[in-house]
Amino acid sequence: MLLIRAFDEHAGDARRDGRLRGSVHEYIGEEAIATGVCANLTRADYISSYHRGHGHCLAKGADPEAMMMELYGRAGGVCSGKGGSMHVADFSLGILGANGVVADGVTIAVGAAQAVRLKAEDRVVVAFFGDGAMNRGPMLEALNWARIYDLPILFVCEDNLYSDRTRTQSMTGGPGAVARAEAFGIRAETVDGNDVVAVDEAAARLLRKVRSGSGPLFLHATTYRWRGHLALDKALYRDPVELERWQASDPIRRAAQWLVSRGVSPAALQEEHQSATARIASVVAAAEVAPWPDEKMFYEDVQDVGATA
Amino acid sequence: MTVMTFAQAARTALLQEMERDATVWVLGEDLGPEGGVAGQYLGLQQHFGKTRIVDTPISESTIMGAAVGAAICGTRPVVELRYADFGICAADEIVNQAAKARYMLGGQVRVPAVIRQPIGMRDGMAAQHSQSTEAWWIHVPGLVVVAPSTPADNHALLKAAIRCDDPVVYMEHKELWTVSGEVDEDAAPATLGQAITRKPGDDLTIVSWSSMVGVCVEAAHALGPAGCSAEVIDLRTLWPWDKAMVFESVRKTGRLLVVHQAVRAAGFGAEIVAEVTEHLFPILKAPPRRLAAPRVPVPYAQPLEALCRVTSDEIVGAAMQMVKQ
Repeated sequence: MLLIRAFDEHAGDARRDGRLRGSVHEYIGEEAIATGVCANLTRADYISSYHRGHGHCLAKGADPEAMMMELYGRAGGVCSGKGGSMHVADFSLGILGANGVVADGVTIAVGAAQAVRLKAEDRVVVAFFGDGAMNRGPMLEALNWARIYDLPILFVCEDNLYSDRTRTQSMTGGPGAVARAEAFGIRAETVDGNDVVAVDEAAARLLRKVRSGSGPLFLHATTYRWRGHLALDKALYRDPVELERWQASDPIRRAAQWLVSRGVSPAALQEEHQSATARIASVVAAAEVAPWPDEKMFYEDVQDVGATA
Repeated sequence: MTVMTFAQAARTALLQEMERDATVWVLGEDLGPEGGVAGQYLGLQQHFGKTRIVDTPISESTIMGAAVGAAICGTRPVVELRYADFGICAADEIVNQAAKARYMLGGQVRVPAVIRQPIGMRDGMAAQHSQSTEAWWIHVPGLVVVAPSTPADNHALLKAAIRCDDPVVYMEHKELWTVSGEVDEDAAPATLGQAITRKPGDDLTIVSWSSMVGVCVEAAHALGPAGCSAEVIDLRTLWPWDKAMVFESVRKTGRLLVVHQAVRAAGFGAEIVAEVTEHLFPILKAPPRRLAAPRVPVPYAQPLEALCRVTSDEIVGAAMQMVKQ
């Protein structure tokens, strides 16, 4: 959680001061969800993610340095600098990618689950997506799809209340995510997404069921986006009091309190915090001086048949 | 050699590839008991089971999105979209995911999916079931586009498409489903990107593909007695297209006529004419021409639909004008 927070604090700042380009969507305030869910996954399990995807990749084990290099567009990035923030992925770790199109990662996730079924493999799939995705057609298609084929997949809806710059509730007919999942016959439950212990407990329980053949399940995690939709969005459309209220429920502070209550020393936590900050400072330093992708890579990996030279 | 229909040839190819490679599977609507809109999947679900011939809901986005997910996780899906018109419902997943995944993820994955999108006019299917959308996909980096014109090619090209590691948009023409021809069931997969000369000639090069190849060959035979020796090239694969064969032919004839059923404006004929003009302008004996559909939705009424079609007579007329230049 600390590493994800430090990573995205830098990513947001670097985008705002022009060191990074394009869309950078910070995950600050939502770290408990990726952390709590991915703690229950093996390396072989698959995850798919969406535009706000740094946290999921890091929680699944992606190398922070290769991730940061990707944001900096460098050759050493996880995608050789060709994808950027919205396309971080590492197939050696089962990370099928962040995605620039809302809900498209979810259809990819059900396809991954279909491949698991076809090859009779011992893996599960987790699809991470936001509350905004619940209003896209492919999302609803994918829920239905996962149910009719009883695929080994856990849907994780990270409900941060906003779809881009619009309050999701104002654009949603009916009671929302849980009811929609249940309408497709998928058992769904809500968890406090700012409580990493609760997320971990819920994910452990649900993934155990998915692994033993329950078919698809749905976890609705309530949370809040501290920053705007993306780094350059100042989020002036929302009430500062709302932000303050959610910041009082900081998932990292709550996790720290829980750990202290179980005997972990505040000094040890402070050390963890400093270590995460130092790690990010070091990967940033490495990324800033890393070489750009060679121009010959421009034409590489378009296609085998019919590639333009 | 066995005589079979265009649809049976595709079924044979698919059956052979599924026997050969257990990671090949199919997803789409009404494949099982129905056997697909043209019987091109008949009996395959009984043979391979419901996990390899998967009947799906009418959910084109997820049919295609799931194919991408399954392809990047080590399988080779064959997607059936029934009509190219419905391929538009899956355009996001084809363009934004299938075509780009390999590139934007830095070469970590390939997307070996075949995306079957039957094209063209047949039997008054009107504006939403008759389109020829091949140019839309040719425009997208990452995709291979194939449009066979004979049963033998539908067999050999589908095999090649299934073995290809790139996403292949595979466009069978609906009016060809019932056309019969000789197929060598033991034939090796075709080479993608290789055209074929359907009729040799010296005065004019006619380039076409899919169902229009037959019309062009008919016209070429009619042109003979009129003193025009026309060569007909069937591209078979539209991306990549066999530029070398087309250029070689035009160097010989000095004249190029492209014929397709898709809309003429910004159709693929424009690209072929532009490439030939840019490279061979000095040797051209006449301005290159295109015969294709007007920029009008395909109408239902038969006399109106007919106005979308390029006829053999029109090809003969255009050819005669060109050889007089």
